Amino acid sequence: MGKTILVVDDSASMRQLVTFALTGAGYEVVSAVHGKDALEKMKAAKVEMVVTDLNMPEMDGIELIKNVRSNAASKFTPILMLTTESQESRKLEGKQAGASGWLVKPFKPEELVGLVQKFVK
Amino acid sequence: MAAIDKHKDMFRDEAQELLAELEVSLLELEESPDDKNIIGKVFRAMHTIKGSGGMFGFDDIVAFTHGIETAYDLIRNGKLAVTKDIIDLTLRARDCIREMLEESASMDRKAADEISAAFKAMAEQDGGKSAVKKAAAPKKTASAAPQEKNAEVTYRISFRPPKDIFLRGIDPLNMVRELTGLGWGKVVAQISDIPFLEDFDADACYTYWDIILTTDKGLDAIKDVFIFIEDDSQIKIDIIHTEGDPEHNAEKKIGEILIERGFLSHETLQQVLGEKKLIGQILIDEGIVPREQVQSALIEQQHLKELQDKKKNEDSASSIRVSSDKLDKLVNLVGELVTVQSRLSQTAAIENNIIFSAISEEVERLTTDLRDTTMNIRMLAIGSTFTKFRRLVRDLSNDLGKEIEIETEGAETELDKTVIEKLNDPLVHLIRNSIDHGIEMPQERVAAGKPGKGTIHLSAQHSGAYVLIRIKDDGGGLNTAAIRAKAVEKGLVTEGQELSDKEIFALILAPGFSTAQRVTNVSGRGVGMDVVKQAIDALRGTIEIDSVPGTGTTITLRLPLTLAIIDGFLIKVGAEFFVIPLSSVAECMELTCNQASQAHGRNIVNLRGTVVPFIRLRDVFRIEGESPAIEHLVITETEGGRIGIVADNIIGEHQTVIKNLGTMYRGVNCLSGATILGDGTVALIIDVQQISGEEIRKEQMVTRN
Repeated sequence: MGKTILVVDDSASMRQLVTFALTGAGYEVVSAVHGKDALEKMKAAKVEMVVTDLNMPEMDGIELIKNVRSNAASKFTPILMLTTESQESRKLEGKQAGASGWLVKPFKPEELVGLVQKFVK
Repeated sequence: MAAIDKHKDMFRDEAQELLAELEVSLLELEESPDDKNIIGKVFRAMHTIKGSGGMFGFDDIVAFTHGIETAYDLIRNGKLAVTKDIIDLTLRARDCIREMLEESASMDRKAADEISAAFKAMAEQDGGKSAVKKAAAPKKTASAAPQEKNAEVTYRISFRPPKDIFLRGIDPLNMVRELTGLGWGKVVAQISDIPFLEDFDADACYTYWDIILTTDKGLDAIKDVFIFIEDDSQIKIDIIHTEGDPEHNAEKKIGEILIERGFLSHETLQQVLGEKKLIGQILIDEGIVPREQVQSALIEQQHLKELQDKKKNEDSASSIRVSSDKLDKLVNLVGELVTVQSRLSQTAAIENNIIFSAISEEVERLTTDLRDTTMNIRMLAIGSTFTKFRRLVRDLSNDLGKEIEIETEGAETELDKTVIEKLNDPLVHLIRNSIDHGIEMPQERVAAGKPGKGTIHLSAQHSGAYVLIRIKDDGGGLNTAAIRAKAVEKGLVTEGQELSDKEIFALILAPGFSTAQRVTNVSGRGVGMDVVKQAIDALRGTIEIDSVPGTGTTITLRLPLTLAIIDGFLIKVGAEFFVIPLSSVAECMELTCNQASQAHGRNIVNLRGTVVPFIRLRDVFRIEGESPAIEHLVITETEGGRIGIVADNIIGEHQTVIKNLGTMYRGVNCLSGATILGDGTVALIIDVQQISGEEIRKEQMVTRN
């Protein structure tokens, strides 16, 4: 019965860790390796929330957030962005693009799950 | 630990690949130093290694790559030029990272420090005060400073979210709910800003909220709720009452509250007080304070008054004893009321009369409240049952010469009275099993390196509409080989059948199964676990068994909060209605004849790449008539996995009052009861677990033959 969450990150180990944390909390996870891939995946399945990295090839996180927001179907989908502390300025950029929240790497899996639960009950 | 190590290895492999790519990129970059694409690649590689490295505990890598990442960020933004030195340095850095990854002892710390210093110097020299360095004003997280259990404080929170909050995927109501979840409070929605329809932007949030909240969680917990939107929202939090603080304790007059909130000056108040009407009324009439504000202040006043009343009540803890017969009767009446209410709603929907619909909605709301309140009366804390087991554990362990301690958790968890009563015997059985078969003799335990004293951990917790009860022991665990051998001997499974551990554990629930080598007077007569299973089934609960050899066994019982009313999902097949418990419904999809024929007569469907079997109720219950061209498939979750149920039509959610089927139908396994719909029709409640079990058995038979 898990709600589906889309995890976008170009790093396979990050994807694996995030997937591990979220499936452990009862969510279903679909993953994508960059922004374009993510948009494809969102066409294929209904996604309740997006957790995305910012720095990715092909299409970066900010661009992805803008795209998700401009699509009527996902206009209100919560988006959590994962940043590193050296990217404080990009946090603002993401917020303006329409991100719902952020989490600074490195984070504890419980922190991630706690935040996701704030958005998707 | 194992899981973390697995991830760590995965990261190592990935980082090695990245480093190999990085080398190639760096060499390319030397050829064409202005290529933005390659610079981007180098930056990204560093960034990923740093970001993921931190997640997997490679702190040295994080510290080391930080400077390099900063330098490449500058390069990326055109603030620093690519030179041969930088490339040399980065190549050397790459080798260092590699050594750090392997955590090799021979690594050259000094070289790493030199490289770090060089990159740092570079970053400082050019564009030193660029945005990148504007680092991390550390955000408060939920883990900040554990608030000591302190006095209850009442806050006035005025929360005005940014207009575009919806466009950021945030539901302000979620936050309001989260706030009220912190304690006990009242919420006033201020809607005066909502414009006329022609100016209304459906994507904007015009509503703002005043929340009066009494909580002992502290201010930080409240602020944490707003963490993502505090910059853009107008949030004002004031303390209006503190427990035990005489300053705040007096009951407040409405005028005072409005002055505190800044909507009214002291002089105006005095002036108005000269007249003899109700102060709030005068203020509205004179247009001094807007109506919404007065109303909001009134609610605050009421909240404070209730707070005081509550305090008084706690002092004189008032409760009355009522016989449970009366309660049962009340529950029955509520059940009938729910049925009538759904009839009312249905009629209202057909009548299409606005006034009528409004009344019907009001009745629906009240009925739901009444239902919840009534159910709540029947709720009892499970604690008293838990206490009984202390004695049981003590006596039994003495008899058997074992040392066992029992720990309990979540004794305050509430469950329906009937459920608690019926739960007693199965729990006794499970605990006896743990004591007798689970926990070893003291000398065996010491030999296995465990403390001589065994522990049984009994816990209860809420999980949605269910309560989870766990019995966990730190004994020897289940012996899968013995269970398997026994099951083969009893003919429950065949010799070569492939079974997962979970499936093997589940075998002990089968009728007539017992692995105890000897029969003691405590357990082991082979009537045990299947009786437990039957009892739990009767409560519409499930049992899950987990066991690790040498470490112990955990048995989890999942029980519904109440037996009398459930949220159901109403479907229609032919002229018949059926209810599926909403808690087991995962999703719905359409089933076209095309999809059905693709499976070549087998009842399976492809759901996003996984095969899901489905059941045609039309076949199971031999309902007459042709199925429509497009049928609906309700995917349900069961212990045995997902299974679809095919319906002609989906009607929707339905509050279901469960009526037992008569004794005549005792043999019918697929149904757990019946309910009466608004128009008087009977709908049968499907027992998803049973029906899927039977269908899966049939399917297996077909496959085997």
